[in-house]
Amino acid sequence: MREITIQQRARPMTLEELYQIGRAHRERVATFRAEIHVCGSGGCRSAGSEKLLDAFRAACEKKKIASDVRIITTGCMGLCGQGPLVRILPRETLYAGVTPEKAERIVSSHIIREKPFRSLLLDADHPFYASQTPIVLRHMGRLDPESIEDYIAHGGYEALAKAVTYSAPEHVILEIRNSGLRGRGGGGYPTGLKWDIVRRGTSKSKYVVCNADEGDPGAFMDRALLEGNPHAILEGMAIAGYAVGAQQGYIYTRGEYPLAVERMRHAIREAERLPVIGNRIFESGFSFQVDLRIGAGAFVSGEETALLRSIEGKRGQPQPRPPYPSASGLWGEPTLVNNTETLANVPPIVLNGARWFSGMGTERSRGTKVISLAGNLRNTGLIEVPMGTSLRSIIFDIGGGVRENRAFKAVQTGGPSGGCIPSQHLDAAVDFESLAQVGSMMGSGGMIVMDDTACMVDVAAYFMAFCRDESCGKCIPCRVGTVQLYRILDRIRRGGATLQDLDILEELAVMVKDTSLCGLGRSAPNPVISILHYFRREFEDHITGRRCPAGVCLMDNESETAATAPLPAGTSPQTEGSVHE
Amino acid sequence: MNEIRTLTIDGQLISADASVTILEAAKEHNIHIPTLCHLEGLSDVGACRLCLVEIEGHNRLQPACVTRVEEGMVVRTTSSRLQKYRRMVLELLFSEGDHICSVCVANNACELQDLAYAAGMDHVRFDYLHSTHALDASHDRFVVDHHRCILCARCVRVCADVEGAHTWDIAGRGHTAHLVSDLAQDWGEARSCTSCGKCLLVCPTGALFAKGFVVSDPQNKQDFLRYIANTKSRKAWKDE
Repeated sequence: MREITIQQRARPMTLEELYQIGRAHRERVATFRAEIHVCGSGGCRSAGSEKLLDAFRAACEKKKIASDVRIITTGCMGLCGQGPLVRILPRETLYAGVTPEKAERIVSSHIIREKPFRSLLLDADHPFYASQTPIVLRHMGRLDPESIEDYIAHGGYEALAKAVTYSAPEHVILEIRNSGLRGRGGGGYPTGLKWDIVRRGTSKSKYVVCNADEGDPGAFMDRALLEGNPHAILEGMAIAGYAVGAQQGYIYTRGEYPLAVERMRHAIREAERLPVIGNRIFESGFSFQVDLRIGAGAFVSGEETALLRSIEGKRGQPQPRPPYPSASGLWGEPTLVNNTETLANVPPIVLNGARWFSGMGTERSRGTKVISLAGNLRNTGLIEVPMGTSLRSIIFDIGGGVRENRAFKAVQTGGPSGGCIPSQHLDAAVDFESLAQVGSMMGSGGMIVMDDTACMVDVAAYFMAFCRDESCGKCIPCRVGTVQLYRILDRIRRGGATLQDLDILEELAVMVKDTSLCGLGRSAPNPVISILHYFRREFEDHITGRRCPAGVCLMDNESETAATAPLPAGTSPQTEGSVHE
Repeated sequence: MNEIRTLTIDGQLISADASVTILEAAKEHNIHIPTLCHLEGLSDVGACRLCLVEIEGHNRLQPACVTRVEEGMVVRTTSSRLQKYRRMVLELLFSEGDHICSVCVANNACELQDLAYAAGMDHVRFDYLHSTHALDASHDRFVVDHHRCILCARCVRVCADVEGAHTWDIAGRGHTAHLVSDLAQDWGEARSCTSCGKCLLVCPTGALFAKGFVVSDPQNKQDFLRYIANTKSRKAWKDE
């Protein structure tokens, strides 16, 4: 067996063979009477989608159509909040909240009688899907992440084959530069420019690193990509490797994503088997290998210098930049570090051209953004919208507005590095500049919507506790500053703070932001600063009124004073404050 | 490569070799920038953030110890903002550990104490955190008192870079980060330790000290610090 594998790997594939594989797979799929796609991403699996597979198989068995129906597990279908989701072809229909008990009725209705099963049917023009522009997510939920043939049948690896066959590396970089693609991990650095810097590095060994160490609470974009379309990331990495002159790639992801690790490992094996990754890719002079590195779940290891130290087997601690990894990264060699979503954008850009990509989005932020929409919304899940879409449209059109008709209070973007945006800025556009203008940031694309039952002091304390625990401890402002910031916030939450504490809180937040070594510390105070800016009244209510307007925080020794204490002038009485008495 | 760069530090026009850092250039011209984790002769980590300076055209403060000089740079090493931040860094350090000078072996020979005096830090506005770390006196001759450790990692670097033993390292994350010897064993059990005592000599506070001493021995310390600084400048051992 082993020799055959080596023999196979020795002979590179051709573009014609790639097309053949795709054609053969499409023809095979076309012979089926129907297809059942069961969402196998994290959200739907936790809602029991694994049992659905067996249920649908049993149902088809019973109806004696088992050999005519193709049943596969796919990546994320988007509307995670209403999972498990199932898509059935032909007459493409999406079913939500499917249970194993309903499998047989869906099969007999949709496939046998050719009538949709109405009670679980998701409208074809459901607002959640209506205003999305899937580019990175174009194949998500439509292909089997464990089948390379399925990816090839959807046009996979064509971009890589064409790039290494017909384009010089400089041209690939030019295309990426012209597309206006910017880093999707939060920094927003122009991708083409970064590639160019690594390309110019004179060293013989260079590296491409895919940063899939997604750590923001409430964010699951990278995870969904790794689980749902791992080959797109491999292809993007290989194109990047070709463009910058690297022969080795590393995917750095976290041990908390076991399914992503499993699917990625499988994808690498399959790509090496064909081979579309390995020696002399598509008969060119370009060779590229990819290995997986698994972190132990330290948030700071998503910071690129810490990530590289972790790959080297050292303690994941950031280092001062410059030198940037593009000049001196892994083992001191020029290293390209790109976010997962950035790399997944590469194959479609190479295939469709820079002009196609730059036609979407805004002047300075081109293309689309994948966002994980979470919080108290009617529709939550994974979405992709053009850059420049307003927060209002994302939250109220796609998200369907706040659940239980409660009032919208704030949307948290950018995770623990971002900020909270109140309702007066709902018309802000989602792009790198506009979100920074309203005191938040794009970050990696996490979005958490809060209604009026959320206490903003409590939210600030939550994010600060997260940063405190995730600080690496190297520099003093972040290591001790986050502890002190949290203590002050907690004191405010418990009603034991003074107005002087609020001044110290502000002063320390700015100091930690200005003096910390890496992005974690520099952005850790952002939630506090933005919440203080927009929701100062709530802090003052806690301190001088000793009450929590949202009724979340429990005041110390509340029975003695707080319950009956009159609110100071200028604050509005809120009845919810008495809930916890 | 001997290229000369001209730059301005605190209004003073100076020239320096392109390979030196702002800190080295400033020192050459008697401009004092406070430091704590930096130690001449050891590799720099840029962790304490005391040497942060303002550079015109940069929106971020840069650590002088790792930032190389550039042509036309305009650097300010003192401003009310920088002084405030330095004082706050010191306040945070004092709040984190148990720094009680009157009962400390390093009293009057402590860099943290000196910096606090110089910054005019007369009180700490933050809660004292009262660390729960232990004191390790298992070594025959030396003691490590984690309450006084500020995690500057000088001992880690001198042990790895100069002695070549790498007995010390840092374990844990954030506020739980702490110094460990070997595989988080007691110091007395750490087989790699050569008992050379270099870590004691580079420790800026009283976290590492020799048994039987009530006060530290500043003369011995100074001799050693001069020795490693000179040896490094002769490139007698590899950087990092």
